[in-house]
Amino acid sequence: MVLYSLTFYLFSSVAVLSALMVISAKNPVHSVLFLILSFVNASGLFVLLGAEFLAMILVVVYVGAVAVLFLFVVMMLDINFVKLREGFLQYLPFGALLGIVLVIELGILFLTDRSSNIYNNQTPLQPIINEVENTKMIGQILYTEYFYLFQICGIILLVAMIGSITLTLRDKGGVKRQNINSQNTVDASIAIEKKKVKLGEGI
Amino acid sequence: MTYDIIITGLIIVAQIFAVVVPVLISVAFLVYAERKVLALIQLRRGPNIVGPFGILQSFADALKLITKENIIPSGSNKIVFILAPIITMVLSLAGWAVIPFAPGWVVSDINVGIMYLFAVSSLGVYGVIMAGWASNSQYPFLGALRSAAQMVSYEVSIGFVIITVLLCVGSLNLSKIVLAQQTVWFAIPLLPMFIIFFISALAETNRLPFDLPEDESTLVAGFFTEYSSASFVLFFLGEYASMILMSSMTVILFLGGWLPPFDVYPFNVVPGVIWFTVKVIFILFLFIWVRGTFPRYRYDQLMRLGWKVFLPFSLFWVVATSGFLVYFEMLPN
Repeated sequence: MVLYSLTFYLFSSVAVLSALMVISAKNPVHSVLFLILSFVNASGLFVLLGAEFLAMILVVVYVGAVAVLFLFVVMMLDINFVKLREGFLQYLPFGALLGIVLVIELGILFLTDRSSNIYNNQTPLQPIINEVENTKMIGQILYTEYFYLFQICGIILLVAMIGSITLTLRDKGGVKRQNINSQNTVDASIAIEKKKVKLGEGI
Repeated sequence: MTYDIIITGLIIVAQIFAVVVPVLISVAFLVYAERKVLALIQLRRGPNIVGPFGILQSFADALKLITKENIIPSGSNKIVFILAPIITMVLSLAGWAVIPFAPGWVVSDINVGIMYLFAVSSLGVYGVIMAGWASNSQYPFLGALRSAAQMVSYEVSIGFVIITVLLCVGSLNLSKIVLAQQTVWFAIPLLPMFIIFFISALAETNRLPFDLPEDESTLVAGFFTEYSSASFVLFFLGEYASMILMSSMTVILFLGGWLPPFDVYPFNVVPGVIWFTVKVIFILFLFIWVRGTFPRYRYDQLMRLGWKVFLPFSLFWVVATSGFLVYFEMLPN
């Protein structure tokens, strides 16, 4: 149990500290790297909760795919971040408002009487060890009870994908494209010309 | 109470050493084997001076590299520059925690073993990106960008291949995946997936013909151009250790892990760990054979293969497999 609490405090403190570093690091690439560290520690917390499937999905999706592309973009952009920081005071009130709203919401959630909660008669947030693998449990709930919500999520993602493709895909014209079929169908008769060269004359 | 914790801790450390030390030694022999096999393919002799048949060549090379000066470029981002090879090395060793070598021979037999392996192998790209960015030089940066795009693309089809296998097993536990192949290895009913997985594994480990991140004819040495001495050794070890890791993943998913090819007398007396090793060596030989045979892919061809060929095909195969399993009521419980 001591070990459990120690690991919990290790993961959570590193997660919080790296989340702080995300917004305070000067170099944007360092920010993204700290964000990744924060994700990994959050997945460690999931493992401690007994939700190993969620932990792995978090690493695969957020760290393995989303953050890679994030890092990719941040590395490529040459943004002057000193200039970006100039408007800091201007955005401060709005940011602070968002923060306050979040804190109030979380406070309400923690302070309200849980016994009258609609989620009360559902399974508690504790791992049920050695009964069913939680991957199986998620599958059994996701594809039966929450089937329509799950499908709607899929459609939302699809719409977002189509939207981003239509926004970025423009036919500029004058772009030379690789036509793989024509490249694959090239044979020696097109590429090479055989000539009989007479001795001492050349072509 | 505290005594128990110390003893369990010691046992875990001993288990970790029992896995990591053989892996590192096999990396040394893999490098030697690669040079010998390539030499045979190209009608050369290969290393033959250090030790009998040159078998100690890799140890000599490692010793030479480690004793050299470690150069950190002045324009580089020093912390990230030093972290990158360490991350590569650690990640390529971390995956071994869940690999079952024989029945019960696992450091950690977790329920989501295959997901863990997938997660660790998808993290491998960070070592490369960080190295490329921190070097603050054009060639490593280009190598890192290529690698990032390549690894993300091939992970998608690897994910679908894993899903097809999982549909046939009904569990994410690696030991259960192996045990599900007692009647027939998945390489036979899922042969196209096996081929796709092998090719994606080549791309995922940046091996030829997909080694564009370190393409020496255009990018000097790609993402590790600026690395020298011990940090270069770490990259090198990491690359080969992840090669062995991907091979053992292939063996577990498709070639029946520690199971003998036929469950009859002369085969089933051989211990499982020997079968496992033999199969991993076979896949590693395929890796080297491919390297000696095929020319390097062009970058746009690489991307086309990943997104336009493998992705639709593996997606189709997932749908086909699940349809087949449901129709014939062969879904595992």
